[in-house]
Amino acid sequence: MENLAAAEQSVAKLSIEDSIEYLKSNHSQAIKLDDRDGYQGVIVDSDQLLDIARVIRDQLGFDYLSSATAVDYLGEGDHMEMVYHAYRSSGGGALVFKAQTDRDAAEIPSLVSVWRGADFQEREAWDLYGIRFPGHPNLARILMWEGFEGHPMRKDWREAYYEEERKPFDSRWPGGHVHRAEEKNVFGKNVSYPPDIDLNRLMDNSEEAVYSSLGLGVDVERIMDKDGFETNELVVNMGPHHPSTHGVFRMVLTVDGETVTSLEPVMGYLHRNHEKIGERNTYLHNIPFTDRLDYISSMGNNHGYVLAVEQLMSLGRKYNPPTYRCEALRVMMVELSRIVNHLWAIGFWLNDIGAFFTPVLYFIQERERILDFFEAVAGSRMMCNYMRFGGLFGDLPERIKSVSNLTNDRVRDYNTMQFLTEMINERIPRTIDELEILLTQNEILIERSMGVGILSAEDAINFSAAGPLLRGSGVAYDIRRADPYSIYPELDFDVAVEAEGDMYARYRVRVTELRESVRILKQILPRLEATAGESIWADGKPGAYAPRVPHGESYGRVENGKGELGYYIVSAGGRGGSSNPWRYHVRAPSFINLTPLGHMSKGYKVADIVGILGSIDIVLGETDR
Amino acid sequence: MYGTGLAKGLRLTLRHFVESYIDDLRYGFRKYHHSTDNFGIRQGTQTKGVITVQYPDEKVAVPERFRFVPFLIVEDEDHPTRAGKDWCTSCGICAKVCPPQCIWIVRGNDPDTGRPVPEPEGFFIDIDICMNCGYCAEYCPFDAIKMDHDYELASYDRTSHHIHDKEKLSKPNSYWRSIAPTRAYDEMLVRGTWEHKDAAKEARRGSASSRASAPRPAAQQAAPAPVATALAAESESATAPAASAPAEGATPWNEDEAKREERRRKALERKAKRAARGG
Amino acid sequence: MDLNLQELNATEFPVPVELENNIAITSLSQLYNWGRRNSMWPMLFGLACCAIEMIATASSRFDFSRFGFEVMRATPRQADLMIVSGTVTKKMVVPIVRLYNQMPEPKYVLAMGACASGGGPFKEGYNVVSGMDKYLPVDVYVPGCPPTPQALLFGMIALQRKIDGQSIANGDDVPWYGEGPAEPTPVPVLGPDIIDPRQMDMIRRQAEVAASEMELLGQRELPALTQLVAAKVETAQAATAEAGPLDEDALSVVLPTGGTPWAEAEDIREKRRLRALARKALRASRRASQAEGE
Repeated sequence: MENLAAAEQSVAKLSIEDSIEYLKSNHSQAIKLDDRDGYQGVIVDSDQLLDIARVIRDQLGFDYLSSATAVDYLGEGDHMEMVYHAYRSSGGGALVFKAQTDRDAAEIPSLVSVWRGADFQEREAWDLYGIRFPGHPNLARILMWEGFEGHPMRKDWREAYYEEERKPFDSRWPGGHVHRAEEKNVFGKNVSYPPDIDLNRLMDNSEEAVYSSLGLGVDVERIMDKDGFETNELVVNMGPHHPSTHGVFRMVLTVDGETVTSLEPVMGYLHRNHEKIGERNTYLHNIPFTDRLDYISSMGNNHGYVLAVEQLMSLGRKYNPPTYRCEALRVMMVELSRIVNHLWAIGFWLNDIGAFFTPVLYFIQERERILDFFEAVAGSRMMCNYMRFGGLFGDLPERIKSVSNLTNDRVRDYNTMQFLTEMINERIPRTIDELEILLTQNEILIERSMGVGILSAEDAINFSAAGPLLRGSGVAYDIRRADPYSIYPELDFDVAVEAEGDMYARYRVRVTELRESVRILKQILPRLEATAGESIWADGKPGAYAPRVPHGESYGRVENGKGELGYYIVSAGGRGGSSNPWRYHVRAPSFINLTPLGHMSKGYKVADIVGILGSIDIVLGETDR
Repeated sequence: MYGTGLAKGLRLTLRHFVESYIDDLRYGFRKYHHSTDNFGIRQGTQTKGVITVQYPDEKVAVPERFRFVPFLIVEDEDHPTRAGKDWCTSCGICAKVCPPQCIWIVRGNDPDTGRPVPEPEGFFIDIDICMNCGYCAEYCPFDAIKMDHDYELASYDRTSHHIHDKEKLSKPNSYWRSIAPTRAYDEMLVRGTWEHKDAAKEARRGSASSRASAPRPAAQQAAPAPVATALAAESESATAPAASAPAEGATPWNEDEAKREERRRKALERKAKRAARGG
Repeated sequence: MDLNLQELNATEFPVPVELENNIAITSLSQLYNWGRRNSMWPMLFGLACCAIEMIATASSRFDFSRFGFEVMRATPRQADLMIVSGTVTKKMVVPIVRLYNQMPEPKYVLAMGACASGGGPFKEGYNVVSGMDKYLPVDVYVPGCPPTPQALLFGMIALQRKIDGQSIANGDDVPWYGEGPAEPTPVPVLGPDIIDPRQMDMIRRQAEVAASEMELLGQRELPALTQLVAAKVETAQAATAEAGPLDEDALSVVLPTGGTPWAEAEDIREKRRLRALARKALRASRRASQAEGE
């Protein structure tokens, strides 16, 4: 018995290659190596997917399912594919496994019983790709509405303003006579309505119709509570227009008195087709689009995307990795935007639980200064669009100069390094100190947030939670340490972790991360000074405007402010590579972190729900994409 | 003791409250008087207290790299030979590199020969689509399109205002030099002249024998004095830039016929392949 | 100096006959507008990226309370201004129109950013509405992606200027100065795609065309049928497009003229004022002729 346990232990420590070997030798009939050019991992027979997934989780120890996404290989093999990236919560690389299915009757067994974190991701795959998942508890559309025609991410589905398969569009040059797309489409859309369309039914916006799609009735239900009192259970709708939902997010609560008995998140109100547009775009086009995912920390979004594309580019012959200065600048920008993100998150979380606007106004002052810096370096306060494949948009300017034809010409004429030094050594630490004085020992805050919204470590891993939500539950999993990238290995910082798993623990994790970010920034400053004058491009000149990316797949992930941000990119362009991604998927932390929301909210009061949502820290641009 | 944390926090808010008045005392009534010096201090890293920008009276000036809506550069009115001429050669790179595809270019054609000429006939930017990413300016090989700093564009009617045509987009080179002097200077160093690349080329071709009297110094005198740091760099780089001019033949109109034919054939092949894949 | 009431009353304001020569109400509009523009409460309502810049505008550094935008109200019932701050998706436009209908008059809409103005970079997306003005009357458009706080403030000042020029006398200037309650904006419906109730008839016709094809064929092969139906609908659409008032000339864009937006609005307003005066003159002449008849 002991031997068996020991054997299992050793299996759980196998390297990725050995794990694949192990799978192949023990389950040879279900496993086949993915030998396509530039691909990795294994293809699992979809009949046995569930068993293999259990082996991967329990025996091999890949307990954290980072991403599950679908790819439509129309014309490249004519099948649908689900791609899963599983990691060990102790750190290390990914075990990639895939399951293939026919396009017409796409069906792949659901993995929700193995990883509950697959819940929303499978619903998304059903919504956008039309893959059915037998065994899924609630396979309903998640981003589009029930009744929408078709599955829009399929390669043969065309949107209303469809122009061409790929950008750049031919109509723009050389005969680029301007038009507005909606004026060409006389009805504003190119949808054909089925003959049996019942407009009266659609016009029905009674409450029954509104909630029926969620599987909820609206009748007030009389129930007996545990003390024998007769109470009512009713459905309460919060959002999409609600001041506490951090955007256009909707929750449907079933409450028994003040106590929440179930919570159903409803999203898609900001679903702006990021991935569909991303597949029409060239690789370079996508960088400014990633800015608009998590629009609080656009630098982090840029970083994840360029890492993913650089992974693919490194498969080709002509590829120069970014220079040291470039990496240092990237890390500095990402850490600054992490500070911005956490200040914002803490501030608005406090707004939610009642500290209305005082803390957030203090933090926004600091944020404004960091944004000034972003504006001076990258050109825009929020949509930085700063990173490029193998480089950056530009080096730091010598001075943060505000030359303008407007009034107040000479203001803010700072030396950049002096500005940075003052910010990193004085202002930001001072703000974090103030934040702690204001909040950490505040009795009201403690009473309000301790012991509320608890998520255990096992649940956090199983729900694929990421970022402060995961680390607040006692799992010390930070991608900067667990699966390092850029120059993080040589930087000295600690992974923030708190064991309690409640709202207060998440707050503490954010505060610690703020301090750790400052610590990293302090180490970056001398590195920047040492490399001053070095080029940010390996070969001294900026990259091409239409880079071709070799055939293959890659998954680039970074620890963003909100959690693990991953980009799954497939380049399917034949031997020479392609200039447009075949598949561009964003593993959005805000989206997947919402999976445990219903679980975390059960049993708490209605007033706690907004706090729990705030402590997860979502941003809708990323949730709905 | 219960409540101390709360009291500490309240003391901090009190301090913030008092600090804003200390600031008032320090500057006296000058604080809200829009003098650039006061304003600079208030917006700087050392300030405490109120940081409000009294917007229409005083404005946070935008940095040089700031990007809003793009504009096109035309040669200054006082240029001896090319006054008012577009820098844009309608090569189409900005239209191709634009992520939301909001740039439309009509390439100009010579009315006699029907061959394309290096000048756009029409240039449109739909600012309702533009995402201010700055790619067009970044990848333009002729420095002909730049990101403007004028953000005060609100209008009551988008149908008539939000598609910028060539007339509205065009701004003189001197405007660009005034809003971004250091960047304009850096670009000049790479280009080798304050004027358009082609102007220098033409001049070189014209006076190939008398290289010594290249048109650069004259053009430089006409330009506003760049910032002091840039001036220092001037002397060392005076010889360098001519060499860094990119090879000719990068544009469709100065290739020879065979090359063009070759390119056309390749493009057709590519298109056929793409059509086969797409269909 | 004698106050010439006769002269003061030579305005466009409709003064009741019995009160003519008795009172002067020239400044009433100005008073209305002054009050209105300086207590413009926006709705606390963020859609996307622009909402973050809107919050930055509301916070201490840019502080739009200085202009009377004062507090953001979470409920539409207390709001005067809807700042559509971000991408309007088809799924979201339904609640937005509902919220707009719940706002009390006078109400204004400010489209913040490229997305709310005309679809923005996400315009090509299948779930994105190309501009809020397809559903709601937009007063001010603020371009930019996202507009900086100062650009938004400029847009808000532009809105105040617009309000300054509105007149109680002109019923057609703004709906709430007209008679009777304003019609609510029809709420879009989420069907196979978004459906504007104002286009319901057109959709019915399309569905009928599709249905008649179905009967003719009497087949059960659905994919082929759908294709056929789609083709039919396409031809029907094309026919409508040809027959419809939309020709290429109308589509080509009117080119901008420059100048501040309020200067132009002043022109339009001047025209309206003239029209109102003409109407008034007509009414007066009618009254006179009636009096003569009696």
